[in-house]
Amino acid sequence: MTALIIVIVVVAILVGFVIVSYNGLVRSRNQAENAWSQIDVQLKRRLDLIPNLVQTVKGYAAHERETLEAVVNARNASIAARDTPPAQAEASNMLSGALGKLFALSEAYPDLKADQNFLALQEELTATEGRVAYARQFYNDSVLTYDNKLESFPTVVIAKAFDFEPKEYFEAEEQARVAPTVEF
Amino acid sequence: MFELIRSNKRRSVLLVAGFVVFIALVGAAIGAVVGNGLVFTLVALVLSGVVAFASYWRADRIALAVSRARPATPEEFPRLHNLVEGLCIAGGLPKPGVYVIDDPAPNAFATGRNPNHAAIAVTTGLLDKMNRVELEGVVAHELSHIRNYDILVSTLAVVMVGTVALIADMAIRTMWWNGGRVARTGDRADSNNPLAYVGIVLLITAPIIAKIMQATISRNRETLADVSACQLTRYPPGLISALEKLKADTTVTHSASTATAHLWIEQPMSGVGDDGKLGGIHRMFDTHPPIDERIALLREL
Repeated sequence: MTALIIVIVVVAILVGFVIVSYNGLVRSRNQAENAWSQIDVQLKRRLDLIPNLVQTVKGYAAHERETLEAVVNARNASIAARDTPPAQAEASNMLSGALGKLFALSEAYPDLKADQNFLALQEELTATEGRVAYARQFYNDSVLTYDNKLESFPTVVIAKAFDFEPKEYFEAEEQARVAPTVEF
Repeated sequence: MFELIRSNKRRSVLLVAGFVVFIALVGAAIGAVVGNGLVFTLVALVLSGVVAFASYWRADRIALAVSRARPATPEEFPRLHNLVEGLCIAGGLPKPGVYVIDDPAPNAFATGRNPNHAAIAVTTGLLDKMNRVELEGVVAHELSHIRNYDILVSTLAVVMVGTVALIADMAIRTMWWNGGRVARTGDRADSNNPLAYVGIVLLITAPIIAKIMQATISRNRETLADVSACQLTRYPPGLISALEKLKADTTVTHSASTATAHLWIEQPMSGVGDDGKLGGIHRMFDTHPPIDERIALLREL
């Protein structure tokens, strides 16, 4: 009789452990996936702001065609590379560089620099760049938590049994680590 | 971090329990001298229960209201909103309510009961004096309070400390107005009012209890929030330079009061001498660690 009770208790504890670790793994995985989609949301937001910015700058500095075209091209490349993460990272770095040049350009145009619309767009874009970086940071943090769970005992047993795959970190490309160079 | 959150929830329960017991004791003491112990204790219990319950649901609004905070619109304060949103993404938090306080002294606080019901308030002085990275550091500090559930304990304390302070005030008033005078020679025999004893005891204990409540809540978690803020921004120099500006600034935050002192990022009350150091007794009941210590710690990161 006591043996039976002991067996039942042990089984119940084991089942409880499996449920808790499985749910924990699912939660971490979903958080990482949600964090990944958050990066996309922010990148899209940045792309949406650019046509407006280009229009505003054109009003003051239409002859700076090269810089403006670089921004437009980088934006198009970024849209084209939407579904392939490595290409997308590269394109969005290109875009950051082109935008950096555009904002540096504004220094030479006092009227442009004083334009309320331009200032608002500049603030929005700076903030969105920050958000992209933060979204990536949060993604990496979530992946760290998830991978830690995946590899540490005893959850590793559950992870192996239910085929949880480890996730990859988002790593900044070589280009992004060097601040974009600005030429006049 | 989860350990921290658990400890904060535990502290909240302790705080509420301690508060209820304290008020009940006050009721019992009044009851004992007046001669109707049970009724007074019960009334006190019910009252403290109501206050405790109300603080859980309403304390954030009370804290915002006593600081005269008004909601900040995204149109009027785009930068503040952008910074809050960005950092919320970094921390995986829902966006809290954003408030501003019209006060030239730079300061900020966070309040609420959990990340889903939270608010941060900054003074207009802070917005004027800080640049983008510094403001980001301050906002990150406040968001860390939200993430660590510091806001729950400290916001509850606003109402509880406020109530205790109120009781202490009442005790003083009853004595001033001769409501409970201890018998003196020359009085008629029955003029002895025993309430005065309760008043005297309260007068001495209540402010101390209030101070101790505040001090246990705040000190360590300011340093902790500084560190977690840097975990969010990954850029300690921002917060360091913000703290240095706060230190250099001597404007007194008028929107703060004794009850809300422990909420703010920089201690709003006096007690800091001209040399910027705190006296020994002040230090004991201080709601915040000295800014220099906080800066020194961040430099080590």
